[in-house]
Parts: sequence; C-alpha cells; structure tokens
Amino acid sequence: MTKILEVNNLQVDFHTYAGTVHAIRNVSFDLAKGETLAIVGESGSGKSVTLRTIMGLLAKNGKVTNGEILFNGKDILKKSERELNAMRGNDISMIFQDPMTSLDPTMPIGKQVAEVLRIHGDVSKKAAMDEAARVLELVGINGAKERLKDYPHQFSGGQRQRIVIAIAIINNPQILIADEPTTALDVTIQAQILELLKELQTKIDTSIIFITHDLGVVAGIADRVAVMYAGKIIEYGTVDEIFYNAQHPYTWGLLESMPTLETNSARLHAIPGTPPSLLNPPKGDAFAARNAYALQIDTEQQPPFFKVSDTHYAATWLLHPDAPKVELPPEIARRRKIWQKMNPTTSKEAE
Amino acid sequence: MAKYIFKRICYLILTLIIIASLTFFLMKLMPGTPFNNPKIPASQLAALKKANGLDKPVYVQYLKYMLGVLHGDFGTSYQFAGQSVSHLIASRVAPSLQIGAQAMVVGTLLGILLGALAAIRANTWVDSVATIFAILGRSIPNFVFAALLQYYLAFKYHIFPIALWNGFSSSMLPTIALAMAPLAQTARFMRTEMVDVLNSDYIELARSKGESEWQVVAKHALRNSLIPVVTIIGPMAVDLMVGSLVVENIFAIPGIGEQFVRSILTNDYPTIMGLTMMYSVMLVVVLLLSDILYGIIDPRIRLQGGSN
Repeated sequence: MTKILEVNNLQVDFHTYAGTVHAIRNVSFDLAKGETLAIVGESGSGKSVTLRTIMGLLAKNGKVTNGEILFNGKDILKKSERELNAMRGNDISMIFQDPMTSLDPTMPIGKQVAEVLRIHGDVSKKAAMDEAARVLELVGINGAKERLKDYPHQFSGGQRQRIVIAIAIINNPQILIADEPTTALDVTIQAQILELLKELQTKIDTSIIFITHDLGVVAGIADRVAVMYAGKIIEYGTVDEIFYNAQHPYTWGLLESMPTLETNSARLHAIPGTPPSLLNPPKGDAFAARNAYALQIDTEQQPPFFKVSDTHYAATWLLHPDAPKVELPPEIARRRKIWQKMNPTTSKEAE
Repeated sequence: MAKYIFKRICYLILTLIIIASLTFFLMKLMPGTPFNNPKIPASQLAALKKANGLDKPVYVQYLKYMLGVLHGDFGTSYQFAGQSVSHLIASRVAPSLQIGAQAMVVGTLLGILLGALAAIRANTWVDSVATIFAILGRSIPNFVFAALLQYYLAFKYHIFPIALWNGFSSSMLPTIALAMAPLAQTARFMRTEMVDVLNSDYIELARSKGESEWQVVAKHALRNSLIPVVTIIGPMAVDLMVGSLVVENIFAIPGIGEQFVRSILTNDYPTIMGLTMMYSVMLVVVLLLSDILYGIIDPRIRLQGGSN
C-alpha cells in the first residue's frame, strides 16, 4: 500500500496569555491510499489541531515546533501560503463538525459549491454551476438544479452537511479530512451521512481521516484507529485490534464507556477525573492520574510504544516484560475472549 | 417583498400623522405668539391673530392645518411675510441635504474600510491605530473638528474655502467635519462584527476551499459583517441631520438648520411644523431604506419579509 500522508514527530504549541500550551506532543501516523483512519479521543486531546495543521489552517497563535507532514513525499509545513491555497480544497479537503454554521448564510449554495471549482481551475461560471448541480445530486440533494439559488437556511441540517460534503469532494481530493462530521446530527441522519461517505470513498477513490469521539461511528467506517490523549497518540491498530485487543488503560476506559447490547448495568461507565492541563504536561504517562492500573513508573517516565503486532502499537508500561499482570475490567475481558475466538493462533502472544 | 414594503409605508404614514399632531400641540404650549414685537398695540395684535386664524380654538387650528397638509399646503411663514413654507424649505434644504448625504456616504464607506482593516489585522498596530482613531472620532464633537479644519485647511494653508456656500469645494470641510462621527461609529461596529465573522465556521470552510485571505474577506466576510452595520445607519443619518445645525453655523452655510432655530425663537408656527415634518419624513424614509437594505444583504430576512 502506498503511503499518501506521513506525519512524523509533529509538535504544536499555542501561545496564550496563561503560557505555552503543548497541544500536540510528538505525534506520528500515516495514511495509505484509499484507507480510512479514525482518530479518537476526548475534547482537547489534540485531534482537531492535528488536522488543522495538516490543512495549514492553524490559529495565528499556534506554532509547529517540530516534525514534518509529508503529503506524497513533500512536506506540507514547508509550503508557501500560495502552495497551501492550491492544495486546500483540491488535493486535501475538509468536512466540518457543525453543518448549521459552516455554510455562508448570505451566499446561494450553488455558488458556494461552484466556487471551489473556479478557485482551482479555469472553469466558466456556467460549467461550474452545472458541475455543482451534478455533485449536489450525487451527495443526495434532490432536484439540485432547481435549488442552486437557494440559501443555506432553506435546507435541513442533514442536507447542509451533504452540501458541505459536496464542496469537499467536488475536486476529487486525495485526502478527505472529516472533523466529527456527524456529531451535530441526529442519529438517523448520522447513519445516512456515514453511508454516503463510504459510498463516495469508493467512487472518487480517496483516503479519509475521520476524527470522532464516538467509537460506535469508528466501528462502522474506519480501517485503522489511532487513540489520542493529551496531545499524544497512545495506541493505534486496526479496528479489530483496538476494539477487541486494546492494550492501553485509556482505550479500555473508552471502550467501557461505550454502551453495547451486552451492557446490562443501569449506569454507564465513565472515566474518572479530567485530562491534564497541557500548559505543563505531566512528566510521565499523561493518563496516569486517572488510571486505576497506573504503575510507579507511569508518573516518572513516558512509556514508549510497545509493539503488539505489525499493525498494533500501544504506549503503556503495562506491556513492558517486567510489568505485573493485571486483571482486566470485565468489559475488556469479554472483548479479549472474542479476540481469541477470532485469532486462535496469535492470541497467546497478545496475552 | 412588495407586500412588506406596502405594509411598512402604511405604518410610516401613521407615524408621520402622530408626529405632526404631537408637534402641533406641543408648539401651541410654547409661550408668546408669532407677533412678539411689544410695539404692536393690542387692537392690532388681535386683528393680526384673527387674520392668521390664531384666535380660534386650538383643535380648530389643528384640523385646518392637517387639512391643508393633506392638500400639500404647509401654510405661509410669519417671519418672511408672504413666503410659503414649502418654498422657504425648498430653497434652504439643498445645501443641508448635500453635506449630510456626502458626510453619510464618506463616513460609512471609510468606516467600513477602516473597521474591516482593523479586523483583518486584529491585535496589530493597524488595529490599535484604527481604534484610537475611532475613539477620537466618537468622543470629539463635530464642531471642534469643524473649527480645527477651518483653521488649518482653510485659514492657514488655503486648501479649501473658509466658509460660505460657493460650489462643491466649499462643501468639503463641513462634509469632513460631519463625517467623523459616522466614520468612527461604523469602524467600531465593523471591526467587532468582522472579528467575530472571521472566526466563524463558514470562514474556515472558505479557507479550506483554498481561497486566499483577500478572497475570503471579499467574498464572505465583508457581506456578513455588514448586516449589523446597516442597522446603525438609520440612527446615524438622524444624528447627521441634527448635528449639521452647528456645523452649518460655523461655515456660514445657508442651510436648513439655522432656519429651524430661528423659526422656534420667533414662534413661526408653520415653519416649525414644516421643518419638523421634513425631518420626520427623512428619518422614517431612511429607516425604511435601511430595513430594505438589510433584506437585500441578508437573505434570511428577505424571506421572512415576503411571508409576512
């Protein structure tokens, strides 16, 4: 598989009145052609900042202090503003979280979609409008040709997200970045939008980076998952590896807090405590303070990535050969059993 | 839209009738008569009053006046015997309207530009300079500007005529003096609004489309920031009409402001009424226009208006 995007040792700081916030702390991941990578984590874990850095859309007080972002082998961080403009909306485009606010309220939607074509190519107004109508129809706006002159407020939330998606895909981008595209929608519409994204991915042959805090969404759409916490990726692997053979206690916490059909207790599980301040990130594992399985070393030294399989890595001292064996939470133990059934040969090593 | 405008015009006429009535009765409460010269003997005064219909009860005078207005007759001035009020106003209104309109256009356009610039370069020196400018423009009264402009640009450096009303060049200084306040106010409004707009999701989407910063501003940010700015244009226009009074005096412009003051001092009832009505008409028309402009800029309002 060819790697279309490689993020290496990325560090991003924000300068605020309170001090320097270390929002992204040494993040590395890659994305293969046609693949869907989900980045999961709670609010403030650095998911959105990572994506905005890739788009070159960091806020003015944000600064990349280290690392590289290779897109088809070329470092995005070294591109000029002009080169970035040529890339945005053409090679890499983005779908936003809240469709109610992400369209310009004073511009007809046809123009908003056609605009992207005219920015990146020498297209006549008429041709751009025709193409806009075609793509809007493709994303499921019925009678798009008659609705080109309509304004965003004349569409429902789900329809608006379809329009935003049309804007993102009209130039057949190589990478589609989706920043929680279903969070602001109700559940039935969520499913439709996810279905649409999957359908479009095969049609235009694009890779997708999908940010979410909803593991249920991840299961439906992603090939691989990266879990972020406090500005770091703490575990990554294929969907099955993360769902059934998770190694990091934080991933356990996320999985436990996701209600499933098997959940029969009256209360939902929650991870206790709050994420650490990134003004002064903790010396050791950032999750240690909230971690029931924390070891002495977790507070002193950051865990390196331990290899679980060729595709699965986790940064937790629990994987160190000298670490004591812990008893898994019931939900995780249940998932491990499913994992053992799925992989009867490799499961011994994973233990 | 047509229905909405028709409805607004009906309200507008009602508003004008109420203003006319209130002004009429308040005016009659003022002490004295139009014939305040103590040398006029009592018998002659009574005759004068009778000739002008001032001996009749106030409500009769009121009905007579309103009927006259319906027929386009605003009466004749007492100060300038025999001159009809409509003619008097018409001959005086042109200079006032001209500098008022010029100040309005110059002030709002420059204000929008300055505010937008401050927002795009928020928290830099450009922003600070614009803010200082806006605070000065807002807090220093226009007659101070008028005097300063007159002293430096006319008296010292002879760039513009010092006073009087001789063609376009003599309208420049009063226009600048009058434009300062609307300029400052528009700039402040525009900056606040545009900083918000530039941080909104649809601007980020526009950037993610690959638009350059200037494209983002020109195509998306400007229009959306203008929506609230339009709402203050109405009240600002009113400020200008009233404010021009002092400035007209400083530059010795034969405008309507001076006329207004003199007509009140002399109890020139028909002229007071005529001028009040003219100001009122201008005000309500400006408000209506700014509402229509609002609808043109913001499609969401346009639709609501149509369904009303």
